[in-house]
Amino acid sequence: MKRYLFPIAIFLLVFLWISPALAAVDPAAAADAGGPWWQWPIILFVVTFVMGIVAVLGGVGGGVLFVPIISGFFPFHLDFVRGCGLLVALSGALAAGPGLLKRNMASLRLAIPVAVIASACAIVGAMLGLALPTNVVQTALGATILGICVIMLTAKKSEFPEVKKPDALSTALHITGIYREESTGKDIEWRVHRTPLGLATFIIIGVMAGMFGLGAGWANVPVLNLMMGAPLKISVATSKFLLSITDTSAAWIYLNKGCVIPMMVVPSLIGIMLGSLIGVKILAKAKPTFIRWMVIGILAFAGLKALTKGLGITLF
Amino acid sequence: MATNAIKKPGAAEEQVLYASVLEKGMLAGLGILVITFVVYVLGIFEPYIPVEDLSRYWSMNVHDYLQAANITPGWWWASQLGKGDFLNFIGIALLAGVTIICYAAIIPTLLRKKDIVYAVLALLEVIVLSAAASGLIAGGGH
Repeated sequence: MKRYLFPIAIFLLVFLWISPALAAVDPAAAADAGGPWWQWPIILFVVTFVMGIVAVLGGVGGGVLFVPIISGFFPFHLDFVRGCGLLVALSGALAAGPGLLKRNMASLRLAIPVAVIASACAIVGAMLGLALPTNVVQTALGATILGICVIMLTAKKSEFPEVKKPDALSTALHITGIYREESTGKDIEWRVHRTPLGLATFIIIGVMAGMFGLGAGWANVPVLNLMMGAPLKISVATSKFLLSITDTSAAWIYLNKGCVIPMMVVPSLIGIMLGSLIGVKILAKAKPTFIRWMVIGILAFAGLKALTKGLGITLF
Repeated sequence: MATNAIKKPGAAEEQVLYASVLEKGMLAGLGILVITFVVYVLGIFEPYIPVEDLSRYWSMNVHDYLQAANITPGWWWASQLGKGDFLNFIGIALLAGVTIICYAAIIPTLLRKKDIVYAVLALLEVIVLSAAASGLIAGGGH
């Protein structure tokens, strides 16, 4: 507990420091209110560093924290926040991908058919998100974030789902595998079912990932684990790897539309990756239940902020 | 179609290859990004948008930003690599493009194993991601 009090304290101190600027009705005015140009990249780095730690401990991806918090409390337009958020989520997935694939925790066999659908739909989502008015996207983002909070509170997880019989599609595609469960030392053979339904669900997931600049890990894991029956560890690892493909397609749409400002992207990227490395070290020793509750609270707050911002209501 | 029956808890050949290419590409992209960002922040190359003016632009929607800053969307940034800010796009593009390289790398292995369905799926993915990267698929604007 003492180990992560420090990063939480830093997070709160930074928020207190920037709160006079964030309290401005017009965040753009806050940015022009004075102060050196480098204060925002530095604040961004510190916030995303802590976000990286908290995300790992809370079992969420960087994107789902990044977009609602940065868009709600920083002076950057949602277009740039989404572009940045996708690159942040993408980088996290790229960093984790090689290790997960080599250890056979992430399954390329499971990911490839899912990724074709999700990445194509992420393009559609990105185009839709850039075409819709900002307040519409902001409102939908707020509602989605609040929905994610509900999912995090209520979704069950199944460590080893029972798959009585794989469906015809997964059999034809040989979507199956074996991994070594370190906690028991046993080799676990797994297979999946409801593959057509799972693939169809990834249409919706892909669109939302592209539209909101989120990583979609929050949706990937329940679908892979609860709907398709992949073991929890395989689902989490494959989900993380899948983000590197889904987010690639959407990121290119935002990049080609000009929604990338390096002074935002690079500090965020480095911050969240360094934070994730620290978070992984802490995670091995900590029981992150408290952190998970804190993440849900932060997301609920950020979701409400995004929702009210989109509806033009000033609650806080 | 050749089977890919996995009897041992080890990753398949194409999965190991994918991971290897991904790791090298990711590290290269990150390394380049860090170096170019240092160059940018130190002002070694003059940026296209002066850093002091950035706060004027990042609160605009992207359509207004492109107009106000006189930036052409798409791959126009590749012609501006002499500018400190656009130099960072090399690393960003590499990170965004490494997945395409990974998929292309595993296709020969899948074909050699006669895993035609997955070779076709991998090729489809290369096409989808390349289409996104090409800039030919244009989104709307506000």
